[in-house]
Amino acid sequence: MTFDFYLIIESLPEIFGGIGLTLQLLFLSAFLGLMLAVIFLLMRISGRWYLSIPAFIYIYIFRGTPILIQIFVIYYGLPQFEWIRESVLWSVLREPFGCSVIALSLNTGAYMAEILRGGVLGVDKGLHEAGAALGLSARDRFLYITTPIAVRLAIPAYSNDVISLLKATALASTVTLLDVTGVARTIVAQTFAPYEIFLSAAIIYLALTWLIQRGFRLFEKHMSRYVQQ
Amino acid sequence: MNEIKQQPIIMLENVSKFFGEFQALKNVNLTVSKGQKVVVCGPSGSGKSTMIRCINRLEKHDNGRIVVDGIELSKDTRGIDAVRSEVGMVFQQFNLFPHLTVVKNLMLAPRRVRKTSKEGSRELAMQYLERVHIAEQADKWPSQLSGGQQQRVAIARALCMKPQIMLFDEPTSALDPEMINEVLDVMIELANEGMTMICVTHEMGFARSVADLIVFMDNGEIVESNAPDEFFENPRSERTKFFLDQIL
Repeated sequence: MTFDFYLIIESLPEIFGGIGLTLQLLFLSAFLGLMLAVIFLLMRISGRWYLSIPAFIYIYIFRGTPILIQIFVIYYGLPQFEWIRESVLWSVLREPFGCSVIALSLNTGAYMAEILRGGVLGVDKGLHEAGAALGLSARDRFLYITTPIAVRLAIPAYSNDVISLLKATALASTVTLLDVTGVARTIVAQTFAPYEIFLSAAIIYLALTWLIQRGFRLFEKHMSRYVQQ
Repeated sequence: MNEIKQQPIIMLENVSKFFGEFQALKNVNLTVSKGQKVVVCGPSGSGKSTMIRCINRLEKHDNGRIVVDGIELSKDTRGIDAVRSEVGMVFQQFNLFPHLTVVKNLMLAPRRVRKTSKEGSRELAMQYLERVHIAEQADKWPSQLSGGQQQRVAIARALCMKPQIMLFDEPTSALDPEMINEVLDVMIELANEGMTMICVTHEMGFARSVADLIVFMDNGEIVESNAPDEFFENPRSERTKFFLDQIL
């Protein structure tokens, strides 16, 4: 077979056009996922069964099933129900973009909730007691002692999850979205050169991953400035 | 000595505490008057730490009554924050907040609990850092300080809440020997200023010179409590004698 190096250079700008959508999927899902994660984390560690059990079930379901199936269920499955089509949610669920963001957020939220829980559990019990002994309320202890330390402890696992999320956004191309992977698939269908085109897409993902890694590395450094090396 | 006896500020009545099957405290009775300095000693696992941790409810007692500054400790959580802000505590492991600078460690509780302004709490913090002779370290991270310095910061942090009572849970046990005295000196200064103190410690020299009352615990019980002279010269029980023989 022949390898057309020139085709990579030629197709990169076009595939590059999908970056906007890929980044929108990434940032929106990461943001919404984080919101969900904080809510479910608080439910999980609340010590109240009627909050922790639903959180546990949510995490179990969305970590335990493939994202592709979650996207399909939301995009192809939900519109079967008439009440969904008549609800306000329909304006979001009708669009493949909305469906993808919902599926990705729910999925990454489940992972992030567990990552954050790991961070919270990693905070020294003695610091809690010191806070309590000073008369700080449970809320203040959580905000001013647990949170900043837990965030620092969670960063490495969290950045890992954001990188996973970046690659998971490629699944949105299965529901017609023209993200980086979606554009690549379209070009492949026209040129029949899967090797070169998908490699170009891979290069773009690699570059984005590098930026994410770098960003988190700086953030981690900032959050760890009080730790003696 | 007689005048301070009139005002009990801490009262433990028949206090018991269980960890599962294990009984950590067995019908403990203790009354501490305002301004009194109590040293609690005894072998490890005897319930010393558990007892003082019950006084600010870091541990919940199972039976009996604990009354601190007129407030009975119970399931009602509203009383507890009030008690905790009156009772300062210093831990064996310092427990400074590692993500806050020294001065911010001191400012956190005054700001959040007492609602003191940022400037006001910084002033307060500097004043207490001065008092434990460590003001020049105000803007460092706790991890940059020695153990003795960290423990002095921890004492200053507790003092910022202007507590009426200070609890010390083996404050020098985690320190290198050469740092013990700088911490004990601060505690002695505090004692001389009239602070009510309960101190769990193995520092018998400190106990002898500072304490009004020495309490000896073993197996969750108060075996003996007496003035230092009596305690060291004429211990009443065999267990106390055995303990003193081992540590002196």
